[in-house]
Amino acid sequence: MRAVVLVRPKTGILDPQGQAVETSLKHLGFAVDEARVGKVIDLELNAEDEAAARTEIERMCEQLLANPLIESYEIELAEAE
Amino acid sequence: MRETQPRIGVIVFPGSQDDRDAAWALGALGAEPVMVWHAEEELPMLDAVVLPGGFSYGDYLRCGAIARFSPAMRAVTEFAEAGGLVLGICNGFQILCEAGLLPGVLRPNRSLQFVCRDVALVVERADTPFTARCGAGQELLIPVKHGEGCYHLPPELPEEQIALRYAPGDNPNGSEGDVAGVVNSAGNVFGLMPHPEHAVDPLLGSGDGALILASLVDSARERLYARA
Repeated sequence: MRAVVLVRPKTGILDPQGQAVETSLKHLGFAVDEARVGKVIDLELNAEDEAAARTEIERMCEQLLANPLIESYEIELAEAE
Repeated sequence: MRETQPRIGVIVFPGSQDDRDAAWALGALGAEPVMVWHAEEELPMLDAVVLPGGFSYGDYLRCGAIARFSPAMRAVTEFAEAGGLVLGICNGFQILCEAGLLPGVLRPNRSLQFVCRDVALVVERADTPFTARCGAGQELLIPVKHGEGCYHLPPELPEEQIALRYAPGDNPNGSEGDVAGVVNSAGNVFGLMPHPEHAVDPLLGSGDGALILASLVDSARERLYARA
């Protein structure tokens, strides 16, 4: 099974990278109100079903992939081709 | 003759770079430094532990996030939970936060730039095992060198756990509340972004870091007498 984990700075947490990207986009003439920068983690794993995979990935996020103090995460699952 | 040299462990992670400086400074201040490789599952007999600066495990994912799971860190966590003295400097501070031994987390500098310079600090708490040689309100000059030292201050953190702040107007990284160093609620774990081991001799610009490390050596010596 394949999974994509999106890790983002939580709302209200200062994101200097996002601010730098936002400023650069504005310099290029793009009309953006805000940019936030997070991480994408692609996972390939063996799991019995989607529910089991989700539970396992949530544990990964809580322990390592995200720092719950400052980051939120989202999990997207896709069957391997 | 009574043994007077406390044994202070310096944990060496792949990517540590200030481990030798920390060991040298501790030795110069009267301790016996003991290098401990990160793969060690047990600590030798120690009176205190220092987590040095550097870029442990390449600082991949987040600073300190991988180091926190090393075998030596499991032993350090047990050591700290049993009341052992633990000092984290820079990357060591980041590891202690990730490990949950200290509150908060360190984030990329607000400027997004790596900062390497002397900073003025104010001692908020002079009654910890790590600051006892300082006076409350004393100003110290100690260098910082980091890209991710912006402290995210948990709103519920009691004021008395903030042991060290950047002096007004000298915050190098955008830390909330100008926080430069915090102590845990039990008072036996301390982390700070500035590098006291790089300021133990006026020849190197400042000797103020020796006040912090010598406080640790004093406190470790008390532990040594307690176990002797």
